[in-house]
Amino acid sequence: MDRRTLLKTIALATLLTGGQAGLASAADTIKIGEINSYTSLPAFTLPYRNGWQLALDEINAAGGINGRKLEVVSRDDGGKPGDAVTAANELVSRENVSVLFGTFFSHIGLAVSDFANQRKIVFVAAEPLTDALTMEKGNRYTFRLRPGTYMQAAMLVEEAVKLPAKTWATVAPNYEYGQVAVKVFKELMSAKRPDIKWVDEQWPAMGKIDGGATVQALARAEPEAIFNVTFGADLTKFIREGNTRGLFKNRAVVSLLTGEPEYLDPLGDETPKGWIVSGYPWEQIKTAEHDAFLKAYRAKFNDYPRLGSVVGYNTMKSVAEMIRKAGSTDTDKLIAAGEGLKIDSPLGPISFRAEDHQSTMGGYIGKTDMKDGKGMMVDWRYANGADYLPPSSEVAKLRPKN
Amino acid sequence: MSFLFIQFLNGLASASSLFLVASGLSIIFGVSRIVNFAHGSFYMLGAYMAFTLVHKLSGGTIFGFWGGVVLAAAAVAVVGALVEMILLRRIYQAPELLQLLATFGLVLIVQDLVLTIWGPEDLLGPRAPGLRGAIDIFGQSFPQYDFVLIILGPVVLGLLWLLFHRTRWGTLIRAATQDREMVAALGVNQSWLFTSVFTLGAFLAGLGGAVQLPREAVNHVMDLQIITEAFVIVVIGGLGSVLGAFLAAVIIGELNAFGILIFPQLTLVLTFLVMAVILVVRPWGLLGKPEGVVRGGAGAERPIKPLSPTGRNATVALLVALLALPMISGNYGLSVASEVLIYTLFAASLHFMMGTGGMVSFGHAAYFGLGSYGAALTVKYFGVPMLAALVAGPAVAGIAALVFGWFCVRLSGVYLAMLTLAFAQIAYAVVFQWSSFTGGDNGLIGIWPAPWAASPTAFYYLSLLLCGGGIVAVRRITFAPFGYTLRACRDSALRADSIGIDLARHRWYGFTLAGFFAGIAGSLYAFLKGSVFPDTISIATSVDALVMVLLGGVQTLAGPIVGAATYKILHVSISSYTDQWRTALGVIIIVLVVAFPMGIVGFIQNRLLRSGRVEDAA
Repeated sequence: MDRRTLLKTIALATLLTGGQAGLASAADTIKIGEINSYTSLPAFTLPYRNGWQLALDEINAAGGINGRKLEVVSRDDGGKPGDAVTAANELVSRENVSVLFGTFFSHIGLAVSDFANQRKIVFVAAEPLTDALTMEKGNRYTFRLRPGTYMQAAMLVEEAVKLPAKTWATVAPNYEYGQVAVKVFKELMSAKRPDIKWVDEQWPAMGKIDGGATVQALARAEPEAIFNVTFGADLTKFIREGNTRGLFKNRAVVSLLTGEPEYLDPLGDETPKGWIVSGYPWEQIKTAEHDAFLKAYRAKFNDYPRLGSVVGYNTMKSVAEMIRKAGSTDTDKLIAAGEGLKIDSPLGPISFRAEDHQSTMGGYIGKTDMKDGKGMMVDWRYANGADYLPPSSEVAKLRPKN
Repeated sequence: MSFLFIQFLNGLASASSLFLVASGLSIIFGVSRIVNFAHGSFYMLGAYMAFTLVHKLSGGTIFGFWGGVVLAAAAVAVVGALVEMILLRRIYQAPELLQLLATFGLVLIVQDLVLTIWGPEDLLGPRAPGLRGAIDIFGQSFPQYDFVLIILGPVVLGLLWLLFHRTRWGTLIRAATQDREMVAALGVNQSWLFTSVFTLGAFLAGLGGAVQLPREAVNHVMDLQIITEAFVIVVIGGLGSVLGAFLAAVIIGELNAFGILIFPQLTLVLTFLVMAVILVVRPWGLLGKPEGVVRGGAGAERPIKPLSPTGRNATVALLVALLALPMISGNYGLSVASEVLIYTLFAASLHFMMGTGGMVSFGHAAYFGLGSYGAALTVKYFGVPMLAALVAGPAVAGIAALVFGWFCVRLSGVYLAMLTLAFAQIAYAVVFQWSSFTGGDNGLIGIWPAPWAASPTAFYYLSLLLCGGGIVAVRRITFAPFGYTLRACRDSALRADSIGIDLARHRWYGFTLAGFFAGIAGSLYAFLKGSVFPDTISIATSVDALVMVLLGGVQTLAGPIVGAATYKILHVSISSYTDQWRTALGVIIIVLVVAFPMGIVGFIQNRLLRSGRVEDAA
């Protein structure tokens, strides 16, 4: 056995025996595991990481929880559910974390949530939007912070029904989020406005929209209004083609998430005016709790917060508060503490509903506008998530009993 | 009518940018036989560099914009030339497809590089000066810039034609595409030829990316989005045929434009359906010819032999060590070990197809993924116990391989590989879209092992039994008469045919077996993770398998085992320690490729042979 092989063997053995490093500090800190798609979705997850790091610093600066400091062990899942489960397993089995939080993609959120259910550990999902996470595939170990697809769509419907438009077309990425958003939007709209006709729907594959062709196809249907669910690079392409070809001229557009800085800022001087969107007008929110958050965030990172930053911040705060309220890291006690848990967030107080573990974090609904070549939101208001939660009867029907 | 005409123009505009990228890929492949996985990275780099350069040269002016675009393409060409001279030139003598592994390493590095230099957010470039608006055609608006694109495609095609048919360099390129050894024998400086071709290809990819600037936001997943589409176009058109690439780009562009009108839900799969149909009807693409002669290359392959006594002892020692692992390892280590075992069998099954059967697959994930889904679905819908699901999974995968294989084995080389990819993508799309049955992209969860296998130790032993057993079975088959027949078909189709071997049938059986073994690995994977998602069938999973086999060495039986273990352990351990794991992994892969062009096991074997004998025939 030469030296290289020997080194390899040692490295392998260390890996497999689970490198006992970090045990020394485990006694006096509470370890928390975190997983997100840092390499595959950096535009959203890096601000999110800043958010939870800020919250973590604040918590530890204030003396930690119940006299113990918090320590977060963070992992990248590379956008793959299988790797997320491996990471979750590492965090639980090797790092002995007390709680898991994080994830962005719906399917990864579901995979980790199911892992949490199997291993009986609390998981606070930060960003996944799928309703299945708290409904059909919900479990008692999983909590979710961000308003789900149903809530997001319901907030927009409230404004959309006020439009005079009678013919509508939809465009959405061809996967669960897009499909559910369109379905919920249609159902809620048609319930309030039976006179509406749905004249076209487009389903570009996510990340592969053929902008020109999609815009032209929508224009042919001549809808009075359009409901858009595309985001990110697809949205930019769609908007630029739509602007050039005059699709949005004299047409109302209702668009999910478009007002979030993550998606609004890259649009620059292409930002369409007057779209009804959900988002986060961080520069205009003038509440004391948001001011404090904004100031601290800018001081620490020399950057402005995105919505992801708020999500990361709130998730960390929720986890900490859950542990503080439970007075222990025992899973059952954590769950009991989590049901009905209240925290003060930069967006105002939020709480976690006991029946489905969904938080009441809301969103900002307003219109897009442009100033100095930059997109912004105007005429916005905060829609409190508590007013848009899926009806309890629905939860009771869909959520598995356990 | 006017609407259809506009939609036709939309299709042409998309076709142009696709053509730019695909033509570069096609030329590179035609001459150097390199499957350049990093071509999408060149495209992405072109877009990012154009973004920066157009801003630097004040994009408001016509000169600033177009100057920026051309400079960006030129910069990418320089990057391409450097890559060829520093990296690829060292590994031309390596077995086929190893260059693919090196370019895969590049893809990983470029992804991190782009993120570091340009940041995570999408960047929206300026519109082209003078071409900001739209033109009214029959009452419909059509962007002025798209007209430029529509013209650009044929112009580039014409220039390439002139280059290939009116210059000495072009004549040499065409000659090299037909028979590069002959060209070399006639005294043409091959390395210079290869460098220039690679540079031209990179330039075209960079240009393709740069001209996208006014159409879409530059983002860091552009590379992987374009690369499959580019491959599809190259293959539909016929490898090495620039005109074919143009035709194929137009077909795909129009298909997308009109497809969304008729089948808006089929956006995921339309291209692959068409590719599958075209390849079944025309096995060498629209304008392609049977692949040119490849002589020498890696040198004659050393026939694989049953284990020597040393090898047998080593295997027994490894087995003992694996059996003893639960005594020293924690639960997490055991789960990782189970995952490594599963990937080992997955890689071994691909190796059986590639190495023994001579059929390269770019879509082997289909059988792994269908194995997972087969197992998960039987648990979900029939509530069968885990053992039954572990039978059902491989059965599903085997049946899929039986069906897909029947079409694939009639093809050869890269065409065969691309047809396997097409079938994998079709399987992916079905699983992805059939939400009511497969759960769609939200997958199936709650597929945990039965109580007796739930502990990490028990599951590890189960994986060891099934994967170890699978690998032994694959080995047995390789040394059985069937395996010899398969190798005969691989090494000399003509001779095998003339002694009465039914080539297609043997390869078909081999294909099916490979799918079946991948299915075993996939079924276990479902229970290891407790869930199944469409990404088990994705291109990324297929590429992982390919990387493992190539890393270990195609020409050895132990190769896939060593390759899978190395790759998986590296991946899991590096990503625990750094966010820059893609760079780390990419660099390691490239170093390994350059250091061990025959794969890790191939290298060790060579060393052993050399120490044993003074001179080896190879």
